[in-house]
Amino acid sequence: MTQEIIIAGFGGQGVLSMGKILAYAGLMEDKEVTWMPAYGPEQRGGTANCTVIVSDERISSPVLSTYDTAILLNQPSLTKFESMVKPGGTLIYDSFGILQPPTRTDIHCYSINAMETAAELGMNKTFNMMVLGGYLKLHPVVSIDAVMKALHKTLPERHHNLLPANEQAILKGMELVKG
Amino acid sequence: MKKETVLMKGNEAIAHAAVRCGCDGYFGYPITPQSEVLETLAAIKPWETTGMVVLQCESEIAAINMLYGGGGTGKRVMTSSSSIGIALMQEGISYMAGAEIPAVIVNVQRGGPGLGTIQPSQADYFQATRGGGNGDYETPVLAPASVQEMADMVEESFQLAFKYRTPVMILSDGVIGQMMEKCVLPEQRPRRTNEEVIAECPWAATGWRRADRKERNVITSVDLDPARFEQFNLKLQAKYKEIRDNEVRYELITPEGAELQGDINKVEADLAIVAFGSAARISQKVIQLAKEDGLRVALLRPITVWPYPYEQVKLLAERVQGILCVEINAGQMVTDVQLAVQGRVPVEHYGRLGGIIPDPAEVYEALRKMWHK
Repeated sequence: MTQEIIIAGFGGQGVLSMGKILAYAGLMEDKEVTWMPAYGPEQRGGTANCTVIVSDERISSPVLSTYDTAILLNQPSLTKFESMVKPGGTLIYDSFGILQPPTRTDIHCYSINAMETAAELGMNKTFNMMVLGGYLKLHPVVSIDAVMKALHKTLPERHHNLLPANEQAILKGMELVKG
Repeated sequence: MKKETVLMKGNEAIAHAAVRCGCDGYFGYPITPQSEVLETLAAIKPWETTGMVVLQCESEIAAINMLYGGGGTGKRVMTSSSSIGIALMQEGISYMAGAEIPAVIVNVQRGGPGLGTIQPSQADYFQATRGGGNGDYETPVLAPASVQEMADMVEESFQLAFKYRTPVMILSDGVIGQMMEKCVLPEQRPRRTNEEVIAECPWAATGWRRADRKERNVITSVDLDPARFEQFNLKLQAKYKEIRDNEVRYELITPEGAELQGDINKVEADLAIVAFGSAARISQKVIQLAKEDGLRVALLRPITVWPYPYEQVKLLAERVQGILCVEINAGQMVTDVQLAVQGRVPVEHYGRLGGIIPDPAEVYEALRKMWHK
């Protein structure tokens, strides 16, 4: 099994850390993982993206031209990456502010209303975990247990009181994702 | 600290590996895309645990000259920078080659020329493998292709540096430096004691007012007596020959995607790719794409880019109908491939410039065009 994933959105949405948690969860399950960020000026206020690969085998290129799954959290990312999903692959997008939804019919498109839901429920800080929950509902490449272990390891101890809120967000995201 | 499996960036792995292999001193100046090396060292504060010195210098020129001083005392010292900073260090590296001082220098390459871009590149291949500074010297250069190799090559480089009394370079790039992968960090090894350094480095400036030493050890690269200096240069050249004879490292991936164990004469392939570092990782994906189309492509990845695996590339050329050299530059290592192949089969180059990383699909397209010619 190999899942090649692109996660893209605005800087500050937690795109890079979502990818990092996913990669770390893969590590917790003893899988091969690679996390490759777009670093540089785009990180500072513009669009941010990272490629995450989770596999049972040795990983080849950290840089890809097509993806099994694209998780796209704003219109510019959707416009840029829709065409790069492999036929039969998965596209998940947050519906907030999307004027041009995906049009491809040879891939599976899902929307997730995470941004608005997070704002309504006062869960802005765990928005990215909500999206991750949506993804894991569709592609359980790692277990929720592994994600929680990864959060436990990567969050500084003073923030461990936030672990239940993160788990709640993941579960909420699993409910929110729609085909 | 015990052996540990972690998820981290290549740059972070360099820093952790340095501390754990008993490095005595790191001297550096921040520059994207390698600033995490210095940042990580500052965060883990090895001066409180192993006693390792970590110093942010006023410039790269200061850093390389501190390496000259530290290495001259037989200590394990290292620096890291990116392209432009490494260009500034060339005078110091040449002095160290001339004074036969061991040290490790990490280049996490970005695009040039000049101030260029902060995005990844492999355009410092010539600078790294052709000496870089003035004079007849060479520097062993290791090219990591994974976060694991970033960690492993620190110790490996120190071994080479002290075995041959030479600066050693780790030639990485922004892809390998910035990406995170699973990495096994080695167990903490103690730094060498002063007594161990004196015993292992009889040439070093370790103090001479001792019963066992009658004369000063002089660490210098200057000699104004041509006859004597020619002898010294010949001695250096003999050392470089010894390195060429003994330290060539490479990896060969078969068209099936497996690591070839043993003889290159067993390779069954239509074409071959030769690529190092991150370009070799991208090329591994290209091999898979080719395999799906029934095209058999082998990959030779030089792990040492100096000394270069000329003999292995030559043998590989006899097993295939053409070689594509994939580099993130305008065509530098391809000259070494051509030297090895000597016109036996067509050799082409594919690369991107300006900080753009070639993706597997475009490399495969170049390979397909070559095949259908």
